[in-house]
Amino acid sequence: MSAPLLAVENLSISFPGEAGPVRVVDRVSLSIALGETLALVGESGSGKSMTALAMMRLVPKPGRIEPGARIAFEGRNLLSLSVPDMRAVRGAGIGMIFQEPMTSLNPVTTVGDQVLEAIELHAKLPRAQARSRVIELFGLVGIPDAKRRFGAYPHQLSGGLKQRIMIAMAMAMRPRLLVADEPTTALDATIRAQILELLRDLATKTGTAVLLITHDFGVVNEVADRVAVMYAGEIVEEGTRAELLGRPHHPYTQGLLRSIPKAEARGRRLEEIKGAVPRPGHWPTGCRFHPRCPHAFAPCPGTEPKRTTLSATQAACCHLLDRSVEP
Amino acid sequence: MTVLSADALLEVRGLRTYFPIRSGILRRVSGHVRAVDGVDLTIFPGETLALVGESGCGKTTVGRSILQLVAPTGGNIWYRGVALTFLSPEAFRTYRRQIQIVMQDPGSALDPRFTVRDAIAEGLEAFAIGANHEEHTKRVAELMRSVSLDPAAMWRFPHEFSGGQRQRICIARALAVEPAMLICDEATSALDVSIQAQILNLLTDLQAARKLTYLFITHDLGVVRYFATRVAVMYLGRIVETGPTERIFTAPRHPYTKALLASIPSLDPARRRTRPAALGDVPSPERPPPGCHYHPRCAARLESCSREDPPVVAFADGICRCVLADAEREAAAPAA
Repeated sequence: MSAPLLAVENLSISFPGEAGPVRVVDRVSLSIALGETLALVGESGSGKSMTALAMMRLVPKPGRIEPGARIAFEGRNLLSLSVPDMRAVRGAGIGMIFQEPMTSLNPVTTVGDQVLEAIELHAKLPRAQARSRVIELFGLVGIPDAKRRFGAYPHQLSGGLKQRIMIAMAMAMRPRLLVADEPTTALDATIRAQILELLRDLATKTGTAVLLITHDFGVVNEVADRVAVMYAGEIVEEGTRAELLGRPHHPYTQGLLRSIPKAEARGRRLEEIKGAVPRPGHWPTGCRFHPRCPHAFAPCPGTEPKRTTLSATQAACCHLLDRSVEP
Repeated sequence: MTVLSADALLEVRGLRTYFPIRSGILRRVSGHVRAVDGVDLTIFPGETLALVGESGCGKTTVGRSILQLVAPTGGNIWYRGVALTFLSPEAFRTYRRQIQIVMQDPGSALDPRFTVRDAIAEGLEAFAIGANHEEHTKRVAELMRSVSLDPAAMWRFPHEFSGGQRQRICIARALAVEPAMLICDEATSALDVSIQAQILNLLTDLQAARKLTYLFITHDLGVVRYFATRVAVMYLGRIVETGPTERIFTAPRHPYTKALLASIPSLDPARRRTRPAALGDVPSPERPPPGCHYHPRCAARLESCSREDPPVVAFADGICRCVLADAEREAAAPAA
């Protein structure tokens, strides 16, 4: 097997707290192959967005990536790159789009100039050539009337168009990896469907790999090849899209999928996961999910569960799956 | 459609709410946003009517207009058969007590300086329910129990609670004055899915126990299909289709309803949606397209749709505001 495009090993992120550092991401490992879309799923406070920011070395201060982590992108450890080298990776190697296209665009510059700037920052292209590249990109992300839209200001565009501009900007340098943090959460249903289609289209057409951060399993099913589920800073289960949605093994993944309101559940109570997601610094001992887990048994409060391999592509961290633990 | 239903809890007819657009240094009114532009709704006691639509369609303004939190520009509202226009100030206070609202963001809906006890008791004091402080506190404890919160926590402040717990506090506060109806405006939209399930179950229990009526304003069609009795679909200030939930989801009539339903992502790994449902973006409510507001995005539009207002076609189980629905109705029931 060839080396993956991105390999994250042992990534922990912490913030200073009153009683010492508080971890928000805890020993996360994941990998993404060339052209693959990996969805990182979790509820708020699971650490998924912080994991995404770490890929760009953009963890906000005073947060820090703890020593011992490795983020290998095309074989190079991003964590040991100099600041200028890392800047070159951002944009040309890894592009990023955020949830709020409204706040990520500069309101006083035309959208065309903003994308132009992104290109000129990384490549020495003649103006005219860079300009036609922008219009080409606008076409690629499905912005109608691209030439006219070059001179538009962000407030003149709808949310869906603004998100397309953000995607165009992220794709400007043809990155091999696109990190997309909740790219459709702020969008309406009919627009969300179009943006998801665009993301899937881009991945197939350009061979760009995608790390997609989301809390929505519907979005996962639309675009992901593989899925990793995060809970309280850890990845608790991963597998292919079909495995995760069709045969989830971790009680948390199962609970999440069952608590989604569905037509079949009409007239019946929804299955809830009791309690709430624990905040960083208040993570329970042993398995962090045990206070909310309907199947918790003797080893769960005291012992951290090991990762159990379920297939060539699926694995989960749960004592129920570990044959060496006596039930 | 001027006939009122005798058994309705709330009737809304021709509701219009316009917001002025001001421009220039003199802030002169240069136009209006027709946020709500002729909305008819009937809500029956004990049912859950879902009002669905995309952002900017005016669904939130409908809720706020019913509560008179914004002054409607025109139209009429009847509560239990009595027009609001004719209510005495005293009767109007009773009306405002009968309908309460639960909003999307429980963080900003609660005053951070109020203890949970005071937040929930505020309505009791405003409407002078119960005689004294101790009685109010006792009542707050009951209300907290009814939403599965520990009454011992009533002296704590909102920031000490999780998002789901804060939404329970908001629900308890809304229930304090014993309303007949709750307007839930995206009440579960900001919550994580595991917490959303808890709140939906709570709303189901409360509805059964207190015979509550819900106007459930949301953009989440998955929740609607699970939770609503009937559905009203709104697009750019107008209701385009109404009907019982199951029929709306299995046999939608309006092209916009069809597009909305096609945009729901499936959770079945064997079934991925293959193409986007609707074309283009939602136009601005400042300048809605002429004729049928939906026509620029409609896959089934006729040449006349860009000029003529679509007819409101009445079916046995609801309405559809589309020129094509007329033909559908005639095909279903040939003229006698």
